[in-house]
Amino acid sequence: MNALDLINYWIAMMLLVTGLYIVIARGNLVKKLVGLSIFQTSVYLIYISPSKIIGGTAPIIAPGVELYSNPLPHVLILTAIVVGVATIALGLALVVRIHEAYGTIEEDEIHAQDQDGE
Amino acid sequence: MIESNLPALQVVLPLVAAPLCVLLRRGSLAWLVTWSATWATAAISIAILLRVLDAGTISYTFGGWEPPWGIEYRVDIVNAFVLVLVSVIGAIIVPYARRSVGAEIRSEQHYLFWAAYLLCLTGLLGVAITGDAFNVFVFLEISSLATYILIACGQDRRALVASYQYLIMGTIGATFIVIGIGLLYLMTGTLNLADMAQRLSTMPLHRPQLAALAFLTVGISLKLALFPLHLWLPNAYAYAPSVSTAFLSATATKVAVYLLLRFSYSVFGQSHVIENISVEAVILALSVAAIFTASLVAIFQDDVKRMFAYSSVAQIGYITLGISLANQNGLTGGIVHMFNHAVAKGAIFMLLGCVALQIGQPLMAQMAGLAKRMPMTAAGLVVGGLSLIGVPGTVGFISKWYLVVAAIEKGWWWLAALVLISSMLAAIYVWRLIEVCYFREPSPELEAAGEAPLSMLIPAWVLVIGCIYFGLDATMTAGTAASAAQSLLEATR
Repeated sequence: MNALDLINYWIAMMLLVTGLYIVIARGNLVKKLVGLSIFQTSVYLIYISPSKIIGGTAPIIAPGVELYSNPLPHVLILTAIVVGVATIALGLALVVRIHEAYGTIEEDEIHAQDQDGE
Repeated sequence: MIESNLPALQVVLPLVAAPLCVLLRRGSLAWLVTWSATWATAAISIAILLRVLDAGTISYTFGGWEPPWGIEYRVDIVNAFVLVLVSVIGAIIVPYARRSVGAEIRSEQHYLFWAAYLLCLTGLLGVAITGDAFNVFVFLEISSLATYILIACGQDRRALVASYQYLIMGTIGATFIVIGIGLLYLMTGTLNLADMAQRLSTMPLHRPQLAALAFLTVGISLKLALFPLHLWLPNAYAYAPSVSTAFLSATATKVAVYLLLRFSYSVFGQSHVIENISVEAVILALSVAAIFTASLVAIFQDDVKRMFAYSSVAQIGYITLGISLANQNGLTGGIVHMFNHAVAKGAIFMLLGCVALQIGQPLMAQMAGLAKRMPMTAAGLVVGGLSLIGVPGTVGFISKWYLVVAAIEKGWWWLAALVLISSMLAAIYVWRLIEVCYFREPSPELEAAGEAPLSMLIPAWVLVIGCIYFGLDATMTAGTAASAAQSLLEATR
């Protein structure tokens, strides 16, 4: 098996680890959400890649067509994209409120303000 | 007609009531809608439990598509028990919540709060009732997104940060669960949990199955706040409005525990994966670590809500400990502790909400002399605290009895000893609270305060009495838990 055959999975895994790293390593609340979004997107690729067969078409019975792609993962991922959008939207709304309350969106500065308050 | 569609109504009713709340835009009307929807939901769940006890597993197919092609709601005794737990607690909190929400949340946001509350309930019930793996993820995210809103409603600005942290960790957890479900789908070609279990049982071992189990276990553990993935929980519970804390501590983590049970017993129970990997040993070690570290940290907290939040992490440790023992008594203890902890912690956080109504954020120093000014509240806190310790006559004793018996059956005397020693740690933090409430002169904040209104005390005391009643007569709770445990164990090889 050629290593390039699995390139979809290599890309998906790299995105997954990149996203997770950004979430952990960055202190800026918006950048964390960007990382989270990349992390979620990588999972979409993990679902979509195996369901696409090269040369396969939509699963409609027609004469002369014998190779079909599985439509279910695509539908599942449409749902997952909606969930992802809602999550990021809510996260950004929270960041706006945090900015109003603290005047900053840097994690360490927020932490410092909370320590002073106590 | 209605009777055969009960499983669908269980989820649809709160789902439809939530946008209705938003359309009405009036706090009091939204409260009425929530009240009716939650009590109807509770009645439905009890009807479903009675039917399951009577006639066995219910399978409900959507749109006439037979499983495994269509989406199936599958209710057996395990999730019927969880459905009753979640919906009954959800219903008892609503009448209590009117005064508490009125005091802690700005009035123009009330209807939105109730909409989020109903959506959270929808999600939790959906996770518990569905028999479809991807459905689990979608409902989990519905409940999680609503939970972030319920937490962010808190008055303290730290509630926003707590909610944001929970959003990040919760989303990572949910995404891990999707990866796990995706890998299982790739290996088995089905999303129906029962079908998946059957196909896994005949398949040889492949590495993606191991990876799926790992991703699912870590993802679910994040959601149920298993040590060391519990970091989101203490702040979220401490700064959320009292009503949110009471509801979430009693229900949200319990539903995640149910998912762990469902995947590790029903789905993977007969596969070759479980034989090759010792998940139980890992969960056992983490549970014991959770019980001890969280109880120790709880002893040193000055914010009483935060103290009981850490105590929740420890109590979840007992539940997962029961699951990891994987024998009849251990599993019964774990499942019955889901119920017992929900009742005890629900009562405690509701009573702390009564305190918060009178003096604001309940700090240890400000609660001095509570028993002189708010005797009913203080007495309820004592009963709830005794349940957490596991004193005979309270619900906590029943769960610990089963856990200790299970440990001894396995010949693990050290574990039985550890469970008993950890109860002493609980006794220390509960005693700290009792000492402050009963043996000190009232603090300046409490000087003018009186007893909380009856509309809050009565629902809280319903749970407090539940702590004692189900501690003295456990035939109903432990009996159901025992048959649930039996059905789970039968599904494994």
